[in-house]
Amino acid sequence: MSFDQHVFCFVQFEAEYRRFGLKRNGSGGFQEFYRLLQTIHHIHGVDVLLGYADIHGDLLPINNDENFYKAVSSANPLLRIIITKREDEPVVYGTNSLQRRKKGLGLTGLRTTGSGTIHSKSKSGLMIGPPQNFRQISSIIDVDILPETHRRVRLHKHGTKKPLGFYIRDGVSVRVTPQGVEKVPGVFISRLVRGGLAESTGLLAVNDEILEVNGIDVAGKSLDQVTDMMVANSHNLIVTVKPANQRNNVVHRESKNFMGNSGSVGSAGSTGSVLSHESPSPASQSNPITASSSIAEGDSEDEDDDGDIILENDCPTAYNPHLVTKRNSVKLNGESSCSGPHPSAVGRPLPQSMSLPSSIGASLGYSSNTMSGHNGSLASSSQDSMKDDGTELTL
Amino acid sequence: MMKFRFRRQGTDPQRERIKQELFAFNKTVGHGFPHQPSALAFDPKLQLMAIGTKSGAIKIYGAPGVEFTGIHGDATAVTQIHFLPGQGRLLSLLDDNTIHLWELVAGPSREVGGAKKEGVVTLKHVDSYSLPGRPGIESCSATRVTVLLLLKSCDLLCIGTEGGGVYFLELPRLSLKENQTLLQEPITQRLPDDYRCGKSLGPVESLQEHPQQPGKILIGYSRGLVVLWDLGAGRVEQLFLGKQQLESLVWERSGNLFVSSHNDGGYSVWAVTSGNACSPQPVSSTIPYGPFPCKAINKILWRTSQSGSPVLLYSGGMPRASYGDRHCLTVQQDKEHVTLDFTSRVIDFFTVHSIKPEKEFDDPSALVVLLEEELVVIDLQTPGWPSLPTPYLAPLHSSAITCSCHIANVPPKLWERLINAGKAQRGRQQTHMSWPICGGKNLAPPPKQQELLLTGHEDGTVRFWDASGVALTPLYKLGTANVFHTDCDDPHDPGDDPDLQQEEEWPPFRKVGCFDPYSDDPRLGIQKMSLCKYSNKLMVAGTAGQVIVLGFNDERSDHSVDVSVVDLLQDREGFTWKGHSRLEPRLKPAPFPPGFQPLVLVQCLPPASVTAVALHTEWNLIAFGTSHGFGLFDYHRRNSVLARCTLHPNDSLAMEGPLSRVKSLKKSLRQSFRRIRKSRVSGKKRVITTPTSKVQEANAALAEQEEVAPVQRRIEPRSADDSLSGVVRCLCFADTFLRDGTHHGPTLWAGTNSGSVYAYALEVPGVGSGRACERGGASESSSCVEAVLGKEIQLMHRAPVVSICVLDGRGKPLPDPYEASQDLAIAPDMTNAHSVLIASEEQLKVFSLPKVSAKTKFKLTAHEGCRVRKVALVLFSSAAQEDYNEHTLVCLTNLGDMHLFNIPALRPQVRYDCIRKEDISGIASCVFSKNGQGFYLISPSEYERFSLSAKVLTEPLCSVQLDRPLELTISRDGTTMQPQANGTHKTQMGQAEGQTLEPPSSLSSPILDTPLDSPLSCADLTLDSTGELTVEDVRDFLTTVDEVENNLKNMKEEEGRSPGILIN
Repeated sequence: MSFDQHVFCFVQFEAEYRRFGLKRNGSGGFQEFYRLLQTIHHIHGVDVLLGYADIHGDLLPINNDENFYKAVSSANPLLRIIITKREDEPVVYGTNSLQRRKKGLGLTGLRTTGSGTIHSKSKSGLMIGPPQNFRQISSIIDVDILPETHRRVRLHKHGTKKPLGFYIRDGVSVRVTPQGVEKVPGVFISRLVRGGLAESTGLLAVNDEILEVNGIDVAGKSLDQVTDMMVANSHNLIVTVKPANQRNNVVHRESKNFMGNSGSVGSAGSTGSVLSHESPSPASQSNPITASSSIAEGDSEDEDDDGDIILENDCPTAYNPHLVTKRNSVKLNGESSCSGPHPSAVGRPLPQSMSLPSSIGASLGYSSNTMSGHNGSLASSSQDSMKDDGTELTL
Repeated sequence: MMKFRFRRQGTDPQRERIKQELFAFNKTVGHGFPHQPSALAFDPKLQLMAIGTKSGAIKIYGAPGVEFTGIHGDATAVTQIHFLPGQGRLLSLLDDNTIHLWELVAGPSREVGGAKKEGVVTLKHVDSYSLPGRPGIESCSATRVTVLLLLKSCDLLCIGTEGGGVYFLELPRLSLKENQTLLQEPITQRLPDDYRCGKSLGPVESLQEHPQQPGKILIGYSRGLVVLWDLGAGRVEQLFLGKQQLESLVWERSGNLFVSSHNDGGYSVWAVTSGNACSPQPVSSTIPYGPFPCKAINKILWRTSQSGSPVLLYSGGMPRASYGDRHCLTVQQDKEHVTLDFTSRVIDFFTVHSIKPEKEFDDPSALVVLLEEELVVIDLQTPGWPSLPTPYLAPLHSSAITCSCHIANVPPKLWERLINAGKAQRGRQQTHMSWPICGGKNLAPPPKQQELLLTGHEDGTVRFWDASGVALTPLYKLGTANVFHTDCDDPHDPGDDPDLQQEEEWPPFRKVGCFDPYSDDPRLGIQKMSLCKYSNKLMVAGTAGQVIVLGFNDERSDHSVDVSVVDLLQDREGFTWKGHSRLEPRLKPAPFPPGFQPLVLVQCLPPASVTAVALHTEWNLIAFGTSHGFGLFDYHRRNSVLARCTLHPNDSLAMEGPLSRVKSLKKSLRQSFRRIRKSRVSGKKRVITTPTSKVQEANAALAEQEEVAPVQRRIEPRSADDSLSGVVRCLCFADTFLRDGTHHGPTLWAGTNSGSVYAYALEVPGVGSGRACERGGASESSSCVEAVLGKEIQLMHRAPVVSICVLDGRGKPLPDPYEASQDLAIAPDMTNAHSVLIASEEQLKVFSLPKVSAKTKFKLTAHEGCRVRKVALVLFSSAAQEDYNEHTLVCLTNLGDMHLFNIPALRPQVRYDCIRKEDISGIASCVFSKNGQGFYLISPSEYERFSLSAKVLTEPLCSVQLDRPLELTISRDGTTMQPQANGTHKTQMGQAEGQTLEPPSSLSSPILDTPLDSPLSCADLTLDSTGELTVEDVRDFLTTVDEVENNLKNMKEEEGRSPGILIN
């Protein structure tokens, strides 16, 4: 069985787990797959939602042929699928959704009482929230603590190939100070790249002045410094801007005293962006919003996102580039790592080629008997466990 | 993270005190040759030499270790310097027509290295003066100063001007003697009519005082007229009707003769006879390199000697057509005639000779020539006039510096052998003469340890410098070109060889000096070096992928070098190398002089420049990396252990040869066009310097800036397929835990430009922990080193990995090879878990070992917006407690500031501004020592030395025995600069030397008045000097063309700048 052609599916429905193999390029679309899962879990007639964990640990929906193929192609070779009943509370897809489930919020059924009540309230009427099948790519945050003329925008890159896509330049900003009107040097957005993340959000525009990057004031910093700060924070970029066009500002509602104090924008690919205030998304709710928290939040998020990939190479296999590649226990160093009930973590392709020079291969083979470190055994055991339950199915 | 950030802001007084005892930033001394020197002076009484530069710096040198530096407030070129002999004062004339008075002044005693030192002297700016323009004349060129003459009495300064007038200034007050001003009219009236012909006499070209009769001066005008003027009587003594354009004048010692040099390449001797009012003809007139047209003789000296015929020294005068482009100085005496042929322009020269009035002859002992790029001293006492090696002012850039490396605490054995090897090299040119400029006294304590600075050069040489003290002296020079077949098979320095004289040629040229910027083959350039001071092994790597391992040998040896070729591409398909070919190794045995002799040559394929090296002499291993990959080589068994390609499959650019040549060529063309355009604009405007024109100039410059489109920066996260992602940035060997927590063993770490780190476990026969025992006889049988890939780390932010360092169980860096095994350092802690510190351009991060998981990190770029350029682990010793020290991570960023972090917690300690952020080459050249000092290039020829440690400082501390009336030092605006009574100085002097006898007073003063361990010392410093001295001024070594625009830039920056820091 070749790894190139097969996908290992690891399906979780409530407390039940199933493992099976799937042909990668097998014909058959979403509907067929949906029925297959229903068969495996013996839940015929139950209306369920399918979700899968993408390479970044984000829970993304499977509800049509397109995202089903996407899910299959992203498997490496493991595809983790989570099934939820449609009657349950809506699953939140998007960034870090898997981690959130793992953290305080737990599985979809368990929610904190506070947010639960809000939900029950909102559920009674219209369902307000990000459209279910959309993944958050940007949000306006800290609306209550910022002056109305400013906007704090967070861009989620999800490790996609899509570029952040904007240019900045030096410029002169006019400020009103106690001494009178003063001209000070500032940094501005000079251009948006067509099709880039910044443009697709609609939250940043040409000539917006950049005031802060991830909570650090850019005043007095050179253009190169600001560029470097943005690039260094690119995986979780929070920029505070003073929009050139002040007419679309978020208006404070004084009466608004419940939790939905952040606006967020969801967008599915390039289908456009939907602006929805008062989102009940746990991401924005869980942020205690204070002046300093924006830094703290940035940092804590970083800890999640900033996992370096570490490859352990002392596994006891004979030299075979393919095998070595696949059998290494690849591990994300952040919180999405294999802690928790999941026996194997999310696979992820390595940018660098992992084929070993032949000299090493030889010595690998030579020392394979003596060098079975615990890492190697873990890798092999996880693979074994993948097989043991495997009702192998081919579509 | 959050907690950590708060903790940083909080100040713990205890910790703050320790920090003050550990860290202090000082720029201590400049090493090397001042960039763009423009003036030279010598004080025969104090035996001090002063050099002025185009950037407005004045440097005074005496005996080795005696150095003073002063900087004029505005960076204008120093055109002339004159000492007030014996007084420790000097006058400088700047290009902006101002005259400045400087003084060597004393200060209170200070603590240096535990001992109290008194009598420390510094150079201080006292006063300035500028000649007023004559009323009614719009241009100020008439009063533009051309020459200065200080009378022997030191109370009067004669100023010759472009308008032909001579002004007199009282010293040291710098007040004009209005009534004495000598204009041309009274002189022209006395001229015979046929000589006068209605023209002006031209600017004053030379002023010389009569050597025997004080108060009589010789005034030479440009048109050729020379006047002997009696100052006391205010009348013309004698007129000498020269017909040729005058260049310079010099008296003979007796005062009976003087010599004039001329524009046409000739010189004339004139007799001075009392009673003869007018001599129309010189006694003799010669054009030494005639009869064809010759260039001017710019300066001439005439020195009498006991042996009879006088020594004549003059610069220039070469035949215009054949040798007009040479920079020459002729020395002739009797039949002996040598034309010293220099590689750079002659700025000025002087002779060291007897000045005692009772002596009858000058008897010059040495000739000192200041060239644009070096200082040459010729011994005039030894027959053949050999050149004398200089103990300081070494031309570091004799071939461009490509890399440098500092080795602290050199074992005495290696030190001695290096000195011997260096002596053998200089063997033939050794003269018996001691260094002629020997003024002042070095008070600095002798260095506690020997320090070595290695510089790699473009021509393939490695120079070893003694960096233990203030004067950077050359020790030994190693050439690597003889390992290869090159066009010049024997790159012997002609300056070393006095026998290279070509006898048949006229003029009798002799190549002097070692400045030779032309590299025969750029591939020979040295890129990286590593020296093991215990095993005397040196590893050098160069531009064409060559890696040479050298061993020290005291004997001359003829042997051939083992050559190995390592293919780093590892059969990757689809890549073609379009760069230079690899160097052809020499196949026959070659003679290698005593010193470092090559043992093994490894050539990388493709022959790209080596970007990282590591040497482990205990394991006999070298590692080297290029833009394509890295290799591991066992130089003992002469076999390649590992070659690993780091190229990304998409990265095709790396294969195209020297890094993106097309782009840089386009860029440099564009820049040079811009520069030309700018220089035209500013060049035109430099001529007129009225206030209104300055405003126009500024406006024009602003307008020019407006035209340029605003700079844009793209915000794109780094992606994997960036070009040059495969460049290996750092390599390191470590004995640590890579596979599991119980067995440690040799490891190799490599970091690339795209944030990848590769860790290999090495099997070195005979080395390593229990693993070998486990395998029993297996390790004995396999006598080869093996490497197994252990870990790969891909940093998420993909920033280039700048440095990798393994920390032991106590969080201290591992010792160097042999240090632990020979009990030279504390053995590393192998019982607790090790960790690895990976510094990328954006973050510093510590990972635990063997399970690589992040422990601590500091995100420098995300927080400060700066990038890490250089990183070093430094051991800081406390200035207060004897045995307290801390390992600290020093980090230089692209903004030129130093960030210090403790390890392994990576908590920020202090931050210092060090290098201007525009000074990219300065930042790139920075090198750290292990004890908290560092060096960086402030110009191609000068290293600035700085210290981050409160304890380890290498700075000039010197005293000078002065001889001057001290009753006043009143500056122009009436404020007393140094209100010290005569008596104080006397007592100070007595304490200082304990042997003072004759000088009425001597001065002493510290370089820094504030305690050194105060972090504010830099700021305090400026208070007692002029206040305008800034770091930027020192480092602005600009070409004249760019000066104006840069001054403008400085003007604009001025507001935002905090009070500057005085260097040294």
